[in-house]
Amino acid sequence: MLAVDKLHAWYGRSHVVQGISLEVKAGEIVTLMGRNGAGKTTTLRTVMGLVARRAGSVRFDGAEILSEPPHRRFRRGLGYVPEDRRIVPGLSVRENLRLGLLASPRLREEQRLIERIAGTFPRLKERIDQDGTSLSGGEQQMLAIARAMMSEPKMILLDEPSEGIMPVLVDEMFALFRKMKESGTTILLVEQNVERALAISDRAYIMDHGEIVFHDSAANLIANQEIQERYCSI
Amino acid sequence: MADVNLFLLQLFTGLALGSVYVLLATGLSLIFGMLTVVSFAHGAFFMVGAYIGVYQYGVTGNFWISLVVVPLVVGTVGLLTERFLVRPLYGRGIDYPLLLTFGLSYVLIEIVRIFFGVQGIPISTPEGLRGAVNIGVGHFPLYRLFLIVATAVVVGGLWLFIERTRFGLIIRAGARDPEIVRVLGIDISRVWLLVFGLGTAIAGLSGILAAPIRAVTPEMGIPVLVESFVVTVVGGMGSLAGAVVAGLLVGVVFSLTSLYAPAFAETSIFALMALVLLVRPQGLLGRAGLMG
Ligand SMILES: Nc1ncnc2c1ncn2[C@@H]1O[C@H](COP(=O)(O)OP(=O)(O)O)[C@@H](O)[C@H]1O
Ligand SMILES: [Mg+2]
Repeated sequence: MLAVDKLHAWYGRSHVVQGISLEVKAGEIVTLMGRNGAGKTTTLRTVMGLVARRAGSVRFDGAEILSEPPHRRFRRGLGYVPEDRRIVPGLSVRENLRLGLLASPRLREEQRLIERIAGTFPRLKERIDQDGTSLSGGEQQMLAIARAMMSEPKMILLDEPSEGIMPVLVDEMFALFRKMKESGTTILLVEQNVERALAISDRAYIMDHGEIVFHDSAANLIANQEIQERYCSI
Repeated sequence: MADVNLFLLQLFTGLALGSVYVLLATGLSLIFGMLTVVSFAHGAFFMVGAYIGVYQYGVTGNFWISLVVVPLVVGTVGLLTERFLVRPLYGRGIDYPLLLTFGLSYVLIEIVRIFFGVQGIPISTPEGLRGAVNIGVGHFPLYRLFLIVATAVVVGGLWLFIERTRFGLIIRAGARDPEIVRVLGIDISRVWLLVFGLGTAIAGLSGILAAPIRAVTPEMGIPVLVESFVVTVVGGMGSLAGAVVAGLLVGVVFSLTSLYAPAFAETSIFALMALVLLVRPQGLLGRAGLMG
């Protein structure tokens, strides 16, 4: 589904992603882990087309997309939930959800799709006409995920979805990722919550100083305390 | 009693004058709020709108056609300006498009001088909008009343467009967070193109609407640009509601000082701006820190 090969990315002159390769197969959940500042967010942003200076190859669903603008990548079925949620202030929950449908041919089915999303996210339904930024941090995260799921992308990139969220909601969220996988969505997940992430993942990559330093099945990594401590201890 | 009526009439004159500012500042704010481009060509687009409108009026003898043709033509000039002149400058800092549009305004002024001469051209008040009507406190020029109503219609239409349509939602979201709109599948460069065209079209429309109450000359846009910036600063850069409130306020302040202290009329709006900046640096309805 997604094949990243020798990908580089720079912010100005600082070389943040230094030739990483990784793959996510259709239907998988793959976790990208690593310390703060390792380059995980930059990797996702580059895959989504938000970093101007980049080189290498990003293939999605069979096509090379490295130089495509973000909106084309979205239209190919690549969804993205950024690190800081980015609920648009001044817009209601409904309008935030609608944003996720604007570029989709299914805009006409909005009401039905919002109802369906409401089934998965009852909290959002209760607050559908409130300003999106009036929700709690966890609810905003749910809204950001729901918004990205409105158009039913083939694959979704999630950047630290559990960060700063109440434990009850974290449970709910990881259960949701499992459900998303069951319904066929491919997921590339960046998480600091290593234990929880590995529990639902098929495979994992560990990133450090802009490079992939380790890669294994989730099951093996769960057992490998040494690697976890070396690269992921916070 | 006579004094009160005079005051109220002058207030209405201020609202009519302010209507033009409202339209200009709305376009400026829309463009700034969305593209972070400060369009110094806004006054020139206003002037071009007046010229095209007056010319068209002269040819057909029908003023109403100008109200349709002008926004279309000037809007198209705006689309071309964004696409070929402004777009290459995105990502380079706010001063690049500012200098470019500043230069463009002088090019437009020169083009108009070549075609229409340096003297300016006359326009008579459109038929059907001449004379005055009694508005209770005295007789008020019908055209100025029309100006207030026309502005209300344009602003109301724009408000509905922004609040109720799909494209309006993109504008509201894109002004706050362009990146999230892009990753949700919207081609933001197309949105910027259309918003620049829309703001410019409104500037052109305000030019032809203002033409019957102002002298139509190649330089007519220069003071208007300055005044429109005063309005956007008073209202808050990027705020549409602010453009409406501040536009009317500036018009009324100008017109009342013209009545009671004519020597200070020109300075009064700058004094108002200084006062607002002291009390609320982000403008009456602006968001703090928009300019970073
Ligand atoms: N917009 C930016 N401009 C310059 N440097 C940045 C920017 N964003 C991130 N960086 C730097 O790039 C490196 C990787 O950051 P990031 O991708 O956010 O890491 P992670 O998500 O793994 O914590 C860090 O050293 C960070 O300081
Ligand atoms: Mg990060």
